[in-house]
Amino acid sequence: MCGIAGIIYRDGSQHPIGDEMTSMLQSMKHRGPDSTGYALYGTPENGNLVMRYKLADANTPRDFDFEEKLGRHRSIVESRLESLGARIDAVDEETSYAFRVSFDFDGDLKLLADFVEDIPDAEVLSLGRSLEIVKDLGDAETVHGQYGLSEFRGTHAIGHVRMATESEVDIAGAHPYWAYPYSDVAVVHNGQLTNYFMWRRRLERAGRRFMSECDSEIIAVYLAQEMTNGASLEEAMDKSLDELDGVFTYIAVTKDELGVAKDELAAKPLVLYESDDLVALASEEIAIRAIVDHEIDTYDPYEREVLVWKR
Amino acid sequence: MTQITYDARGLAEPFAEIPKVSKIDGESARFDAKDLTTRAINLELRWLLYEEGVKEVEISNPGSKHSLGVGILTRCRIRFAGSLGYFGCGLIDGPEIHITGRVGWSACENMMSGVVVVDGNAGSLTAAALRGGDVVVKGRVGARSGIDQKGGTIIVGGSAGSMTGFMMQRGRIIICGDVGPGLGDSMYDGTIYVAGKVKSLGIDCVPGEWTDADTELIERKFRIYGLGAPPEFQKFVCGKVLYNYDNLEPSERKLVL
Repeated sequence: MCGIAGIIYRDGSQHPIGDEMTSMLQSMKHRGPDSTGYALYGTPENGNLVMRYKLADANTPRDFDFEEKLGRHRSIVESRLESLGARIDAVDEETSYAFRVSFDFDGDLKLLADFVEDIPDAEVLSLGRSLEIVKDLGDAETVHGQYGLSEFRGTHAIGHVRMATESEVDIAGAHPYWAYPYSDVAVVHNGQLTNYFMWRRRLERAGRRFMSECDSEIIAVYLAQEMTNGASLEEAMDKSLDELDGVFTYIAVTKDELGVAKDELAAKPLVLYESDDLVALASEEIAIRAIVDHEIDTYDPYEREVLVWKR
Repeated sequence: MTQITYDARGLAEPFAEIPKVSKIDGESARFDAKDLTTRAINLELRWLLYEEGVKEVEISNPGSKHSLGVGILTRCRIRFAGSLGYFGCGLIDGPEIHITGRVGWSACENMMSGVVVVDGNAGSLTAAALRGGDVVVKGRVGARSGIDQKGGTIIVGGSAGSMTGFMMQRGRIIICGDVGPGLGDSMYDGTIYVAGKVKSLGIDCVPGEWTDADTELIERKFRIYGLGAPPEFQKFVCGKVLYNYDNLEPSERKLVL
């Protein structure tokens, strides 16, 4: 089933989007209690890049040498970043296996991500100047507490509560997906894609990597491919309606845009609220009500609609 | 009492108690649903209608919670001042319900009789498997409205999405705006009236011949619900190429035999 949500402040003002997205996702917990994920857009610190990565999944066996391995791999990540010429500003340990590094770097991001992911069990969850992806097992309040999201202020965010149908319940299978290796792009998806393997083979031949068995990862990688070829977010999303097969409502975000696309059957729900300063959308209106306390007018977009808002 | 922060469907409280917070004034009552859970709201509503002899209820701040006002099987008037979530007013038989906001997916599902008027928009699957009564949505509706409709009338003031009237078997759908692709796909019987543009007709849905009975029906329904002067409609019916469908209810079949 899954639940998706998005919020964007049109004037680009900073808001406690970590808290707001948590309220939205928690009200839709019944749509997916397996895992919860956020893609949050904050303010770049001194123009630095922020990388969120993990060194173990929820299902990784906690062996006797687990902690020791985490420590070793963590120092390899940092030394590899430095060897590529990145100047590390800060490293935050969010959990024992998930980290946030902020660093200054102007080289090739694909090279950097590949070099980090070459370390066993390492996965780059997000990489960008304002994008930060946080995802873990459990409901929104659990993840919010674990990763201290109440501190997070920003301009826009998307989130996802997952009811796993196509792949395992683990962090790799949780949304949002980062559009590797395209910085600052993320996707959440509600639905199933039926031409997943065709696209996966096609994109793998084009040099893209996949970290999970989850069909939704295709959308992020597909959009990254199109945008690398020069398409705008809206153009890439328009094209996806014809090229991706299945039932879907997905939300894609870049550093200053938020877009939503619905398949040709309008099979998956989406409720939309637009006001002068805010656009909020979610699988259920109850999620929008969680952050807007007055009476509002909302509607459901129709089939094959692609809508994009800029902040 | 533990505060339930996530249970929008009302499944987590099998032993909930009736809150009894309504202000009752003779045959009418009202209560604020802001701090009540789904289950508590429905229990309160049932208590008022079935035990307190109340005939008219006003509920403020429904807050788009799901499954509100379901399974009411008595003649009464209910007014929701606000919006409902999914599955609102499903399985009802008799009430006249007015919703001042919008409704989510599957509103008035399997309704047997009565009237539901929605001032705002409605989600997909509105009045799915409707058996009788009138569902009036003044705004727009999502996809697959009137899917599997078996009777009654759906009136939409705005536009409708794809596959409207999919597999409909009886009844009428009146749409004042445009309609998405696949209108009346695989319908068995019934009538669909559209005032706006039709993106495409579904399989075995064909234009029908207009009769005086159609004019009378539309004028009557518009008059009852104060929708103003009706626009000009096109009529669509089943081509009956795909199906040979016995459209009698079991009780009617007995009479014929």
